[in-house]
Amino acid sequence: MSSCRRPEHMAPPEVFYNEEEAKKYSQNSRMIEIQSQMSERAVELLNLPEDQPCFLLDVGCGSGLSGDYLSEEGHVWVGMDISTAMLDVALEREVEGDLILGDMGQGMPFRPGSFDGCISISALQWLCNADKKSHSPPKRLYTFFSTLYSSLARGARAVFQIYPENSEQLELITAQAMKAGFTGGMVVDYPNSSKAKKFFLCLFAGVSGVLPKGLGSETVDRGVSNQAQFTGQRSRFKNMKGKSVKKSKDWIMEKKERRRRQGKDVRADTKYTGRQRRPRF
Amino acid sequence: MKLLTHNILTSHVKGVTKGYPLLIKATEVRVNEVEFNPQFVSRMIPKLEWSALVQAAEGDLPSSLIQDYENNEEFLRKVHRVLLEVEVIEGCLQCPESGREFPISRGVPNMLLNEDDS
Repeated sequence: MSSCRRPEHMAPPEVFYNEEEAKKYSQNSRMIEIQSQMSERAVELLNLPEDQPCFLLDVGCGSGLSGDYLSEEGHVWVGMDISTAMLDVALEREVEGDLILGDMGQGMPFRPGSFDGCISISALQWLCNADKKSHSPPKRLYTFFSTLYSSLARGARAVFQIYPENSEQLELITAQAMKAGFTGGMVVDYPNSSKAKKFFLCLFAGVSGVLPKGLGSETVDRGVSNQAQFTGQRSRFKNMKGKSVKKSKDWIMEKKERRRRQGKDVRADTKYTGRQRRPRF
Repeated sequence: MKLLTHNILTSHVKGVTKGYPLLIKATEVRVNEVEFNPQFVSRMIPKLEWSALVQAAEGDLPSSLIQDYENNEEFLRKVHRVLLEVEVIEGCLQCPESGREFPISRGVPNMLLNEDDS
């Protein structure tokens, strides 16, 4: 059901995450596991100094599932969320981080250079919808990113795990982040698996860093990259599903590989494989 | 709300230039026991607004930072207690410039702004 897959289309987050939904979210063991895994990956991408407890911000912390992982790693964190019901669950769960009730689109209420890093798991997409008539998603995104930029210490990173709806949304997000002064790009894990594929927006505040490689790069076929550096180009984000464009050389190579694995008879690859034929062919 | 969080919180209302530090008006305070990590406290000290912390601590801390605090365990323990163990459960935070109040309930400060604030 599309409504389940895109809760941000149903209602604003403070309405969608009411008491019932908040409880469901935090008791679902599969949800807990996924959130924990994504938090682990996000912290990995933060590239914090080893064995050092850091002061981190968790944007859209919800019931504290991601925050628990931060505490496990020995970090001190502050979480912000717009849903009182979700924060109530976090309080019941006795999370170690400090919680703040706030709207990320209104800006981060922190002194400059406060945090060593920021993570956000499955929250940023909520900012892309206009929940009130007065809302302008690009403005709210910019307000969020610019205040976040100043809240971070120089050289700190912000990692956002997101579920982008389409390329326009991705472009909107990255454009506002760049406008706010961030550098960085998208890291895509397991780009070829529609189920395992995860998007992490990796932003650097103040220092240009090397974008980490996405996971699943050993099995990546030619032509499918799992990094996307911010560039000045306005290129469309193709292949959201992670599959190659049909009939392209990559697609042909993948199909041949698939059939080989199935044990079928497949022609050997030569320099002519997948090559463009003349129109007369 | 721990005092470490208070030290970095500021009013982000549009038009306010001096929204820091927020004045704490606490009606309920609690002291928890939190594991002491001298490395973390040591690292955080230079990032803090010391005067705001002293004001919030209400007498528990010296008004100016002592020299060579990294090796002074007693001092670090005092700072640790103030930063991470003291928690404001009920009360409010008041903006020094506008007087606007941000309520604190169950330890959670409400920083939501109204339409005309942002």
